[in-house]
Amino acid sequence: MTPGTQNQHPLQNTDNAQITLSVRDLHTWFELRRWGIIKVGHVRAVDGMTFDLEQGESVAFVGESGCGKSSLARTILGLHKPTQGDVIFEGTNLSQMLRSERIDYGGQVGFVQQDPYGALPSFMSVERILREPLIIHGVKNRREQNERINAALEEVRLTPVGEFRQKFPHMLSGGQQQRVVIARALILKPRLVIADEPVSMLDASVRIEILRLLQQIQKSRKLTLAFITHDLSTVRYFAERVFVIYAGKIIERAPLEDLISTPCHPYTQALLTALADPDPENAERYRELPGGEPPSLLAPPEACRFHPRCPHFMEGICDVEEPPDFSVGQKHFAACWLNQNDQQPRGHMS
Amino acid sequence: MPETTADTLLQIENLRLHYRSSRGIVHAVDDIDFRVDPGEAVTVLGESGCGKSSLAKTLLRVLPRNIEECSGRIWLGGQDVMPLDEEQYRRQVRWTRISMVMQAAMNALNPVVRVGEQVAEPLRVHQGWSAERASQRAAEVFRLVGIPQDFLRRYPFELSGGMRQRAVIAMALVADPELVVLDEPTSALDVLTQANIMNMLKRIKAELGTSFILITHDVSTSSEIADRVALMYAGQVVEFSDAKNFFRNPAHPYAQLLMKSVPRLHETVEPAHIPGQPPSLLDLPERCRFADRCPSRFDRCEANPELFHVPDNRKVRCWLYEP
Repeated sequence: MTPGTQNQHPLQNTDNAQITLSVRDLHTWFELRRWGIIKVGHVRAVDGMTFDLEQGESVAFVGESGCGKSSLARTILGLHKPTQGDVIFEGTNLSQMLRSERIDYGGQVGFVQQDPYGALPSFMSVERILREPLIIHGVKNRREQNERINAALEEVRLTPVGEFRQKFPHMLSGGQQQRVVIARALILKPRLVIADEPVSMLDASVRIEILRLLQQIQKSRKLTLAFITHDLSTVRYFAERVFVIYAGKIIERAPLEDLISTPCHPYTQALLTALADPDPENAERYRELPGGEPPSLLAPPEACRFHPRCPHFMEGICDVEEPPDFSVGQKHFAACWLNQNDQQPRGHMS
Repeated sequence: MPETTADTLLQIENLRLHYRSSRGIVHAVDDIDFRVDPGEAVTVLGESGCGKSSLAKTLLRVLPRNIEECSGRIWLGGQDVMPLDEEQYRRQVRWTRISMVMQAAMNALNPVVRVGEQVAEPLRVHQGWSAERASQRAAEVFRLVGIPQDFLRRYPFELSGGMRQRAVIAMALVADPELVVLDEPTSALDVLTQANIMNMLKRIKAELGTSFILITHDVSTSSEIADRVALMYAGQVVEFSDAKNFFRNPAHPYAQLLMKSVPRLHETVEPAHIPGQPPSLLDLPERCRFADRCPSRFDRCEANPELFHVPDNRKVRCWLYEP
């Protein structure tokens, strides 16, 4: 079984802004076998995503666990081979890169992992952790290595640098560990940084600090930064554009403020209803939410993948044909039949 | 002497739990006082490592072996349960009067036993019910937590995360306890499932009048069900207030900073962070434990404050509120 070929996607970039990353009809399927031999199907983790990231913008990919957002990140990083579709970084297709270009690509794309303690080798000092990528990417001069390590630590505010260089990961707090991970992701001066749930393992009081640090670095270096998160409220101030992912597909994309004020896909509406701001009134009311849980990616529902849970389900439409991306505002698209024919989108339930 | 009135369900006084470790004594729970009234939900809010799970373990008396000190009083409906020995505690209190949903309990279900049997087990083991009667009761609580009846005969791996979490909550409710302690009941779940489970807990609280202690690090989640909030910092309760007062008008400087650090979706205030980090529970300062990070620090902060009573029925551990 291979993914069906799709027609040309309606979203073509019309701006002249420079595109850092271009993802075209990307599918990442994982083959599932029983006893290692019998093929039982595919887990369709990424199932037809198309988008462009402009140079210097920060975007967030929001979705629940198991919706394919981490698989998307890993495919972009080249850690998974796409089943179909293309990842194009600054005009070069990832699948056509030569081996040397692939190694080079590793230096141009930084990755900030979710669990800082798991991402840092426990037997290496901070200095050694930061030296490693420099060695791999051919920075041979010892003095230059040291200068870049110091600069990276200063950039993530782990000062005094001399003290932190000698420390091992277990001697650092969660926030400091995450700073080392960020320093490692940045030391090769990448142009694209992918942060997979960078703050979900940290305490509330540290989260904002780390997000602000990432934002400052993104602004000062004009990086393209992609946050992957399950919690929209944590990226409220740190992302310009949001992609909402449900069951392996992007179902809504919009500038952040538009998405929060006028969500047009019922799933996004539910997500915003579910996210509570702390308020004592919360305890006195029930939230109106669709029941059920996200579908298995082994056999996702036909047509619109949200239709079995959708409060606005239209029989004969939603379960028959997959909704394309309808334009509902400037740079705002929603893959939901409710938005067909400029039908007025509903404001989200609050 | 306890200020227990007839309508206090649980009153904790000077509760202490210190662990022994190779690097010294860990002051996980240090002189904690608070109370829970019948039908009330109290949220214990705190960052990781502030001792909130240790507090829950002390209440349920599920402690590890390396205990240096475990003292204080736990009054449950007028009876001090601390002097009870393990067997008495197991027979009289655990499951039947106080039950608990442990952190990540949904991943600790026995994979080879049907969910319905596991939920009925406390009744069979602690109260000696017959298997048939216990499984009838299990079916009742399944209805209560919103799991379809045919799930009784399924195995844990056949249930989704949200359903398994509902099953462990059903297990905590099965012996009809007066108080249920929930340790981070929604932290591993998706946003929509989380909100659905909070809806369910609110409904159970309204219908059955069960009291809850909800332990969480998430300010938004804590506001979902709280009547009162106990904010913990470095092993101590630093503020104990009504939810309305706490969320609208926090008193302790830490509470104020914490509320400002919460990212809000529907407002446009940018969150602020709290500089510094909490002291190690191994090596606590003599002064106020928050003093190093506190913006309103002054001379008095060199001594550790006690919980001062403040108008509006609040208690705050801060010298600013000294009467």
